[in-house]
Amino acid sequence: MADEQKPGSPDAPLPEGGEAAKPPATPPAEAKPAAPKPAPPKPAPAHAAPPKPPATMAATPWDTDLSRDLKDRFAGQVTETSTYLGQNFAVVKPDAVIAVLEYLKLEADFDYLVDITAVDWPKRADRFDLVYVLYSFSRNERMRVKTYVADGYQPETAVGVHLTANWLEREVFDMFGISFAGHPDMRRILMPEDWQGYPLRKDYGIIQQDERWVQENLGIESGQ
Amino acid sequence: MPDTTFLDSTELVLNMGPQHPSTHGVLRVILKLDGEKVLGTDCVIGYLHRGVEKIAENRTWAQFNPYVDRMDYVAAISNGLGYCLAVEKLLNIEAPPRAQAVRVILTELNRIASHLLWLGTHALDIGAITPVFYCLREREEALKIFEKYCGARLTTHCFRIGGLQYETYDGFEKDCEAFCDWFAPKIAEYEELLTNNRIWVSRLKDVGILSGDECKEFGVTGPVLRAAGVKWDLRKAQPYSGYEKYDFDIPTRENGDTYDRYMVRMEEMRQSARIVRQAVAAIPEGPIMGKVGKVIKPAVGEAYVSIEAPKGELGYYVVSDGSTQPYRVRVRPPSYVNLQALDRMVRGGLIADVVAIIGTLDIVLGEIDR
Repeated sequence: MADEQKPGSPDAPLPEGGEAAKPPATPPAEAKPAAPKPAPPKPAPAHAAPPKPPATMAATPWDTDLSRDLKDRFAGQVTETSTYLGQNFAVVKPDAVIAVLEYLKLEADFDYLVDITAVDWPKRADRFDLVYVLYSFSRNERMRVKTYVADGYQPETAVGVHLTANWLEREVFDMFGISFAGHPDMRRILMPEDWQGYPLRKDYGIIQQDERWVQENLGIESGQ
Repeated sequence: MPDTTFLDSTELVLNMGPQHPSTHGVLRVILKLDGEKVLGTDCVIGYLHRGVEKIAENRTWAQFNPYVDRMDYVAAISNGLGYCLAVEKLLNIEAPPRAQAVRVILTELNRIASHLLWLGTHALDIGAITPVFYCLREREEALKIFEKYCGARLTTHCFRIGGLQYETYDGFEKDCEAFCDWFAPKIAEYEELLTNNRIWVSRLKDVGILSGDECKEFGVTGPVLRAAGVKWDLRKAQPYSGYEKYDFDIPTRENGDTYDRYMVRMEEMRQSARIVRQAVAAIPEGPIMGKVGKVIKPAVGEAYVSIEAPKGELGYYVVSDGSTQPYRVRVRPPSYVNLQALDRMVRGGLIADVVAIIGTLDIVLGEIDR
């Protein structure tokens, strides 16, 4: 899907690329006006040579015993269960994450917390995706628990459920400034402790640095 | 208030690193000691932090590929494989069979090279000086194959998103086979030096025990997990790059101590050589690159892909916003997660064991700090 870049040759890559979605997309558009001649659709392909990728992830519903179980048990808290590229994930309200993780660990055998990370979407009201990657040894299955949190919101720590969350949450705090409530040791981990700013936020520039820290600790004007 | 001096306290806080020969890089461990006994530790990391994940957001998908080699620099090929697989997953493509076979060969050779460096330095930490010379000699031969293949020895950048950059050179198969034939007996030589060596055994047995359940709690993977009796290897559990086609065993041990981790890694080298032999014998013909455009532009979405790196589960969580640059690349480094269990392993032990335990975790600070 990535290759249909060149506006000049829209015809050649069509048979190979995953273009199946494009042609069926036009009939519904034609069906509504009914009368007008097919002139408007025609220039469209020429213009739409770089087929606009969907603005959101093209995830499909995830429907298994586990996802139904989650939705039943946490009615209203689990807002979405989807799968994308064969990988399942559940979107959970921020205050229910720990309960879901605990349930998944004790009742569904997701006993290995692989990773916790975040993604920054500055334009969104709930700015951060907080992502928990889980694995179950007995099921040999992976899933992700996602939640959306606003800047300044303090999600509850997962250390009580998975010990490994300790350093993983510290890194999320270090890089994104998401502070976890109840964490036993909420300090920076990779950056210096008195560093100002959270480097993996999108509004933190690639060459930005804490100049005061650099001058005081390294004795140079700039680290760049 | 009576005047107290440090002599009145039985506890001593000792700083180890970041410049210390047996912390394997710039790891700083603050130890709280009572005499020779370790009461607690605190790891200070980040000295090698280069902001790899931030750099990724400012490069194109393909441009970021060489950077991943700089994380676990003793197993750069594994890093590259994980990244390529993750982006391929986002693009929903697979490398052609020939590329997959060559990837497996190089990755397994790299696993051997990584384990050899671990063995040499670990033995050196314990006080056995001889093995490191042998290990580096053998590792050199593996690096020569990498050099002949792609021109680089350490940060190889062997793989491209969608396949391989280079066709194999003439005699690649022969070189790999010759390496396996020559290398396999060497493992027995190392074992002769160490496995039943009384000093080696008494320094390692029952030191730094981590049970299987504790491993799962801490998210510890790789040889450390397998030494604790958990038969889990991503190459078997969730095969990638055609690992399901090869016949190999997952070595496990029961006690989860430092000695068992040594034994597991020794056996893993044998198994890796076994995989290389099978893969070399059956490299399919065909293209080495899949259908990937000049501009890599995955659809909006996200994926988590992980592989069995020499040190454990190496994962990449990649997010695309539909542009030519990654929106987010998160690396889940095995060393970072494994190091967290250090405190549990050294608590109550002797200070001399700290060195043995850091060695047995097989950490690489480039990967921890990123």
